[in-house]
Amino acid sequence: MKNLYFLATVLFTLLLASCSKDNETPEVVNEEELITTLTVTLVPDTGGSSIVLTTRDLDGDGPNEPEITISSNLTAGVTYNGTIELLDETKSPAEDITEEVEEEADEHQFFYTIGSGLDVTATATNLDSEGNLLGTEFELTANTASNGSLTFTLRHEPTKPNQGLSSAGGETDIAATFSVIVE
Amino acid sequence: MRIYFLVILLFSSFLSLSQSCDYTLSGVLTDLHDGSVLEGATLIVAGSERFVVTDFEGKFIISNLCNETYSIQVSHPYCLTKGFSVTLSGDTFKSFELEHHIEVLNEISIDGRIISSQSKTLKENILTKEEIERFGSRSLGDALASLSGVSSLNTGNTVIKPMINGLHSSRVVIINNGVRMEDQEWGAEHAPNIDVNAVNKLTLIKGAGALQYSGDGIGGVIIAETAKVPFKDSLYGTTQFGGASNGKGTFMTTELTKSYESGWYGTLQGSLKRFGDFETADYSLSNTGVNQGNAFLKVGFNSFDYGFEAFYSFFKNEIGILKASHVGSAQDLFRAIESDRPLVINEFTYDIIAPKQEVAHHLARIKAYKRIGELGKLSFQYDYQKNKRLEFDIRRGSDKGDASLDLELYTHTLRLDLDTNATDKSNLKIGVMGSYQNNIAPNTGVRRLIPDYDKYDFGAYLIGDYRSSDQWLFEIGARFDHTQMDVFKYYRTSFWESRNYDQLFAELVVEEFGNQILTNPKLNFQNGSGTFGIVHNLDEKHKLFFNYSLTSRIPNPSELFSEGLHHSASRIELGDLTFNPEIGRKLSFTLERKEERFSYSINPYLNNILDFIVIEPITSNSTIRGTFQVWEYRQTNAQLLGVDFDASYVFNKALQFNHQASIVKGFDKIQEEALINMPPVNTTNEIVYYSSKIKNLRLALQSEYVFRQNEFPNTDFPIYIPETETHEIVEVSSPPPAYHLLNFNSSIDFNFSEQSTLTVGFQITNMLNTSYRNYLNRLRLFADDLGRNFSVNIKLNY
Repeated sequence: MKNLYFLATVLFTLLLASCSKDNETPEVVNEEELITTLTVTLVPDTGGSSIVLTTRDLDGDGPNEPEITISSNLTAGVTYNGTIELLDETKSPAEDITEEVEEEADEHQFFYTIGSGLDVTATATNLDSEGNLLGTEFELTANTASNGSLTFTLRHEPTKPNQGLSSAGGETDIAATFSVIVE
Repeated sequence: MRIYFLVILLFSSFLSLSQSCDYTLSGVLTDLHDGSVLEGATLIVAGSERFVVTDFEGKFIISNLCNETYSIQVSHPYCLTKGFSVTLSGDTFKSFELEHHIEVLNEISIDGRIISSQSKTLKENILTKEEIERFGSRSLGDALASLSGVSSLNTGNTVIKPMINGLHSSRVVIINNGVRMEDQEWGAEHAPNIDVNAVNKLTLIKGAGALQYSGDGIGGVIIAETAKVPFKDSLYGTTQFGGASNGKGTFMTTELTKSYESGWYGTLQGSLKRFGDFETADYSLSNTGVNQGNAFLKVGFNSFDYGFEAFYSFFKNEIGILKASHVGSAQDLFRAIESDRPLVINEFTYDIIAPKQEVAHHLARIKAYKRIGELGKLSFQYDYQKNKRLEFDIRRGSDKGDASLDLELYTHTLRLDLDTNATDKSNLKIGVMGSYQNNIAPNTGVRRLIPDYDKYDFGAYLIGDYRSSDQWLFEIGARFDHTQMDVFKYYRTSFWESRNYDQLFAELVVEEFGNQILTNPKLNFQNGSGTFGIVHNLDEKHKLFFNYSLTSRIPNPSELFSEGLHHSASRIELGDLTFNPEIGRKLSFTLERKEERFSYSINPYLNNILDFIVIEPITSNSTIRGTFQVWEYRQTNAQLLGVDFDASYVFNKALQFNHQASIVKGFDKIQEEALINMPPVNTTNEIVYYSSKIKNLRLALQSEYVFRQNEFPNTDFPIYIPETETHEIVEVSSPPPAYHLLNFNSSIDFNFSEQSTLTVGFQITNMLNTSYRNYLNRLRLFADDLGRNFSVNIKLNY
């Protein structure tokens, strides 16, 4: 029995000895495909100051809700040239995700959903290499004074071309809703 | 003794001259210890020249006997010869058990002789090689699910996780050739990394049946073993080839064994499998193909005094995950559920693209034993496992094609077991084990699902049994484990604070990086587990099993540390650092009847689990990507109450009817509602035709009926859809309707030469091409289950 205890002790000492590694801390993972910020800039074709709509969610899928800001209201009868910019602001300097989306234009598409009550029209103006809509640039016309929701949806790997959001399929990368007022 | 039998026989034969003597004695010869069938044993009718040899299923038939008492001498190369006395009344069925003596001594330590250390008082279910081979083109989980009380938790039709009496994942322990599998079994979408074609025998124990290996199998234990090697000069092998229409796939497997009378042996195995996109009754399931390979090598030496074995196996697979199941937000999930058909259906292909999984598992083991005089037999085992899991999601930019999840799990285990030379009536086994596990998650550009950790485990156990008479057997076992975890985990600062961890666990913080915090939790767990059981032979035909077991399971890394979006489930999952171990108390009875015509077993059980860890939805969370449902792990007290029923009726030598039924009810005692993902009531009925005259032709028609699960927690949740400006309910919880499937199975043997047999099998599953969805398939929200499948397999034994 003594031999047995001895053998057991030796074996476990060996085991523990072989396992006592130096405790290196793992490197921090900065989410690479994170999109924290969507900024829509509307430039009126009549000149004047642009309108900026922003949604910012710095903790990604963490518990904090996105912060939404709209710089000013739209003006009835004005047509705006819109551009969409996507950023990852957890990096310093902030990483421009729009470039990545535009590089993979044929796998992405932006859609504009206009809520009832809001009298505006929006159409994509830029295309991918296949001649299908991409939509990081668009034209928005504010028709009459009204208010309602305006949603920008970015789909990854949608069916292209498509009849709009409901038939596009793919996976949602961004879904940002703004409450917009046309004066 | 034999003289005495002879005399009786002599007298009885005089007396019986006038009787008709055209009765038969038939039966099965099995191993007393593990119930495996014994092939090639000789049965001699004492006092006559007559003898028969058992076939490969251990069956024998002795014909032209009279209605009287015979003495039968049974001998087998590896067993002690034993005499039995049998009284015939008409055609009689009688099963014999032999003690597989010499081989047991060797195998206890050499062949991962789990058998002697697993519970004797829990009724076990066994799948033999012949039964496992019918699942050659499928998976281990599919083979196991053919047993009553076992279902499977599926992700599509290639990730099949066994579920025992309603429990799965970390609650089911899998022992592969004497080694406890450490293959990230915690994940619901992680199937066991074992190739069904490399397994010779599968044993299922519905409870804590293998204290030698673990005390945390709250659901049960599955034991997979390779074939035993005999003590003789021999070279033999098996090659199997199969193909299936659904998925247009093929598989091939070969196993070759060389053995020597001196005790040396070696086995080499290899298998390959490839399937493309599977299909339902109506459409193709895009990106559901699978590529899989396995190989093992086993070399060893056996003798009475000492022996050793070295074993190495390598398993690798690549599994496509249904394209349409990969959704972004809850709005995407809603669209997918609302659509009758998957939103992506492409042409058939063998190519597998993201989302997919790639897993490689290495297992190496050395084992040796030595008999030490009076003390008994001492065995030693060291095993090493490396599990590498890659999961690929649809990614963007420079990350395209890179894995999102990359986990490397290394496990080293040392064990020392002593099997004492106890008396004929009792056995005692004690042992100690120590293991070290290390998880490394390289940076993939996606936050780690499972943090890096080191885990140390030390365990000691004692198992004893006592047979007081032929009628009674008592068993008792106890185990203690000490586990320590040293973890490095990055928390998102917003989560850390929202959970109040900054107050509770301020001392764990190592460093802050922007919006993340590096912490170093050190967790210690002390767990006790035990089992007590009785077997009582009521009479020749009836046996009663009783078993009570206490099991403790420490929370797994995902239950402790999850904190973020789980892409493959499109939901946010939150773990809890403060969890206690789960404690299971299971009470199980089995009444078994074994007889020529009518056999059955009925197994009611009650499993009460304290601090049972469940994950359930608590709220929705808006992010810039849309809404996500938030699921949080929580501890509750659970109760599982169920019964498994098996029966068979033999009409005549050619025709047999088999029946299986299982029911389980899972209940959350704190929330007072049903537990999620409990198997619905199901029943299987099968009629089998068999003829030894027509080349062992076997035809089986099987009906499988699965009821709708009517007891489930409602986890549906509301979302806002901007396109329609409506609030909708995402119906994630409602179970699909009941379904019925018909399956056909057949096989026939051709004798090639004296040494070799060719077996041809043909199967049809889902013969009626029924469209159905299975409640336990995680992809049921997106697509139907498999349609009709024709498969053929050809096996050559040589």
